[in-house]
Amino acid sequence: MTPSTEQNSARWTGLDWSKLVWSHLRKDLRIEWRSRDAINSMLFFALLVVVLFSMAFEPTASTSREIAGGVLCVATMFASVSALNQAWAREIRHQVLDALRMAPSGGAAMFLAKVLANFLFVSIVQCVLGPIFFIFYNLHPLGDTWLLTLVIPLGTWALVSNGTFFAALSIRSRNRELLLPLILFPIFLPALLAMVLSVKTILTGDGSDPDLLFVKLLAGYDVVFTTISLLLFDTVIEAD
Amino acid sequence: MKKFLLALCFVGVAALMSWGFYQAMYAAPTDGAQGDIARIFYYHVPHGMLCYLFFSINFVASLLYLAWRRAAPTKALAADAWAVSGAEVGVVFCSVVLVTGPIWGRPVWGIWWTWDARLTTTLVLWLIYVSYLLVRKFAAGSQMHTLAAVLSVFGAVDMPINYLANRLWTTQHPSPVFGGDADSGLKDPRMLAAFWWNVGAWAVWGLAVLAIRVYVERRQQRIDSDEQTAALSGD
Repeated sequence: MTPSTEQNSARWTGLDWSKLVWSHLRKDLRIEWRSRDAINSMLFFALLVVVLFSMAFEPTASTSREIAGGVLCVATMFASVSALNQAWAREIRHQVLDALRMAPSGGAAMFLAKVLANFLFVSIVQCVLGPIFFIFYNLHPLGDTWLLTLVIPLGTWALVSNGTFFAALSIRSRNRELLLPLILFPIFLPALLAMVLSVKTILTGDGSDPDLLFVKLLAGYDVVFTTISLLLFDTVIEAD
Repeated sequence: MKKFLLALCFVGVAALMSWGFYQAMYAAPTDGAQGDIARIFYYHVPHGMLCYLFFSINFVASLLYLAWRRAAPTKALAADAWAVSGAEVGVVFCSVVLVTGPIWGRPVWGIWWTWDARLTTTLVLWLIYVSYLLVRKFAAGSQMHTLAAVLSVFGAVDMPINYLANRLWTTQHPSPVFGGDADSGLKDPRMLAAFWWNVGAWAVWGLAVLAIRVYVERRQQRIDSDEQTAALSGD
């Protein structure tokens, strides 16, 4: 960190910092509200993946419970990759990113606002997709369904937080669209595994995870990786 | 003189590795339960231990790069050479672990692969460092070093998870032989000797490859910077 940004980050504390996040977030939400690019493309893409898997496997009710968690997670993952690339690509146009880098606010606030905005978009997509999913796969969950409201947001946060970070990292390379999934998927794998296994346990109600170990694992993963991303974001955004 | 010393090192490493091979294949007694297939242990476990060593070298060098990249760019470039070499040698060692594991698993378990915590996290570790090497290929210019160093920090987070995987969870992968519970460890001193000789031999081999790789990378960096200077001065 250069001395100037150090002074600035010392000046931006507490309330100021949350205001900063809020103004970044408002900007991202307003852009999305006017264009609806990210949500529409994600929604359609995820819908296609769900339909394709449904047609490819033609699952029965019991197989549905086994594979539904995996299909939902993978559909969200593929869909969000395209949107995450766009999230930074539109900052590159008209040199907005350079202007943001020159602003005295530091990168962490910008990063957190981007993560929150993308988290909201992906969650909206999941809320729309959820009912369709239940119909196409004839799902009758046998476990504690309310736990899904805990597991899915935790998994989505892991995806979006890492995805936003690595999209910012890969946006500066050649073949940026190709690079993001190549870096993101290996790092997201542990979270994906924990998410898929917990969703499967909830849907089948087999009680294989009574201590909610995988949910705790997912929460721990979120805390560790979000912290590292917040700490390293200035380094990524100022890499020259 | 330099050539003589290099040749001596080469002979030393080769001798040590042959001795390790002799220890693992002939000196160590056959495992009572598993038979000769258990001898793969003398390759699988040392490579697993040493891939941590090389990924740690990559991690420390990456941190040094991030610390020095503004204040001391020349030292930072040296750190970067160590980082890329560490990752490359580490990936080779990790690949050996991933290949020898299934070769042992097939006769003993009856399956090549299972998705338990240890196997999965090892595969993830390998994937992360392969993606690290890909970033270095795809990203351009000096920012590539910074981006790669940042990615290395994420890779390093997976290492403790991988180490703890068969200590925290019940896995199909055998429980730890060293640093596990009270009755773990090799009981036969000849097995123990074979094991440690192989750890030593492969460590020396790996470090030798690492040193050569760092040397090559440093030369490449010098060539690149000479080319840049030449281009700037318009020659």
